[in-house]
Amino acid sequence: MAVYKKTYRPYEGPLTASWPRFLVVRRYAFEDLKRSRFLTIFYLASFLYPVIAALIIWVEHNASALKVLNLENASRLVTIDAGFFMTVLGWQSMLALFLAAFIGPGQVSPDLTNNALSLYLARPFSRSEYVLGKLSVLATLLSLMTWVPCLLLFGLQGYLEGWTWMTDHARVVTGVFFGAWIWILVISLLALALSAWVKWKPAAGALVFGVFFVASGFGGAINAVQDTKWGSLLNISNLIGTVWVHLFEGDNPTSNGAVFFRQVANQVIPIWCCWSVLGLVCLICLYMLSRKIRGAEVVR
Amino acid sequence: MDPVIELDGLEVRFGGRPILKKLRASLTGRSIGLLGPNGAGKSTLLNTLLGFHKPSGGTARVLGRDIRTHAREVRGLIGYMPENDAFIAPMSGVRFVRLMAELAGLPPEQALERAHEAFFYVGLGEVRYRALGTYSLGMKQSAKLAQAIAHGPKLLFLDEPTNGLDPPARLRMIQLIQEIRDRGDLRLILSSHLLRDVEECCDQVLILKDGNIAAHCDLEEERRSNRRFLELETRGTSNGCFLESLEKLGCQTAQGAQGRLKLVLPEGLEIRRLYEVADEQKVQIRRLNYKRDSLEDIFLKAMEAADGRL
Repeated sequence: MAVYKKTYRPYEGPLTASWPRFLVVRRYAFEDLKRSRFLTIFYLASFLYPVIAALIIWVEHNASALKVLNLENASRLVTIDAGFFMTVLGWQSMLALFLAAFIGPGQVSPDLTNNALSLYLARPFSRSEYVLGKLSVLATLLSLMTWVPCLLLFGLQGYLEGWTWMTDHARVVTGVFFGAWIWILVISLLALALSAWVKWKPAAGALVFGVFFVASGFGGAINAVQDTKWGSLLNISNLIGTVWVHLFEGDNPTSNGAVFFRQVANQVIPIWCCWSVLGLVCLICLYMLSRKIRGAEVVR
Repeated sequence: MDPVIELDGLEVRFGGRPILKKLRASLTGRSIGLLGPNGAGKSTLLNTLLGFHKPSGGTARVLGRDIRTHAREVRGLIGYMPENDAFIAPMSGVRFVRLMAELAGLPPEQALERAHEAFFYVGLGEVRYRALGTYSLGMKQSAKLAQAIAHGPKLLFLDEPTNGLDPPARLRMIQLIQEIRDRGDLRLILSSHLLRDVEECCDQVLILKDGNIAAHCDLEEERRSNRRFLELETRGTSNGCFLESLEKLGCQTAQGAQGRLKLVLPEGLEIRRLYEVADEQKVQIRRLNYKRDSLEDIFLKAMEAADGRL
């Protein structure tokens, strides 16, 4: 019907399936994010390190390139092993934290400050679908800059090095994939939960950094004053580092983690404690979201 | 007419404090007014029907669907215009309404088309590409109405739709609501503390007070009966004979002090006939009023009842 016919008419057309409706929220969020030039530049720049890593792998396996660089008789430039992939993942994960702190608060806080949740949830659309939609925005962007390039690098290395290398380093694949997902889940939930509580975007972004850096400093202070290692439970990057080492290298680790995500020497926390604290952080975030993501807020 | 909303002992508590107290009613009107003073529970009732608050007892059915077991289906039938500002400030009007229509289940193309239509319909066609944050209060109210009707709901919840509007904007909003009501494609619930809004738009009213139903009446019925209900002030020799003559015409009568009479006219009896009878009985009719038992009277009576029940 033409828009000039200014009259109300009921809708009798088809309806979309209800399960993928959370993707509507994701699509609109991506359209908004695409408008930010700074974000686009930052996102593209975040692929610099994987590109450099790919070049290193390629040069390592290219005799003519080594000849040009006068390195044909040299031993390997870099050892491509679990540590190499953990380092790439570490760099990318730190950039992911910046990205999550930058775009995460913008997902939920505008809806809360403008009372738009009552409109979202007055439709056949649940609170969990809303959170899932917002979470999927972050998960997609952070996946593309963490485990996806790492697995592509693994594929490239495996292709150049051969099947035997791939089977020998199969654990790297699960380490990259699950290690990255744990990190993505923790920072995405934190960014959403904090922005739901603070509602003010800049403050929420600062809080995300606060949770990581201030809390780790506080944990370090506890360790120093109390002469204990349990203060490291407040250091999320330390917890993630411990989990990564376990995922990449199993029970006999040869390293103490990756750049930005290292276990503190002599203060290694049992792996089950790390999993428990990370799980607890996620549960607290979900609880915070469930308290705030509501169609109508009850003022007691 | 099938009931729009059936309240079946619906009870809602916040922190142990009862807000809605075992409400029982069957609302069947085409447009239903929800009246009550601030804090009576109007918005809580709407929010509960939308599934925002969980009933602590009883249940309710919206167009035959139980809100406890079919909450998602119920929300699919409803268009909701909330009382407070509710929008995403940096989004353009049409994009926002499109988003809301898509969330209600419309495919993207249809949602866009309907968003444009809804904006033209509420009179915001020219500003539909402007960010919602730049809209005036009246425009925001209209945009809220646009998002409520864009997906073609079967039932429309309007929570204080004329809040903060100047007289011309209010008139425009009331006209829109009346137009939607008169098309008959959907039924509406209008929650307001403004009696005039409800009187102009609704044919049935539910009055809440302190979480109880203080009154539930059919305004159409009231209006019809009011048209046959007269109050007379007379002077003359024999009111008794006059009353007798009126009763012979089929009127129901009641005599008050100082020559005041109350009459209910039978169907088909013209007012002119009363004057003829008065002339025959040498009685002067000094004043003749249609009794106006308006919504205001009904509301005030409901409010006077001590426990909120008539």
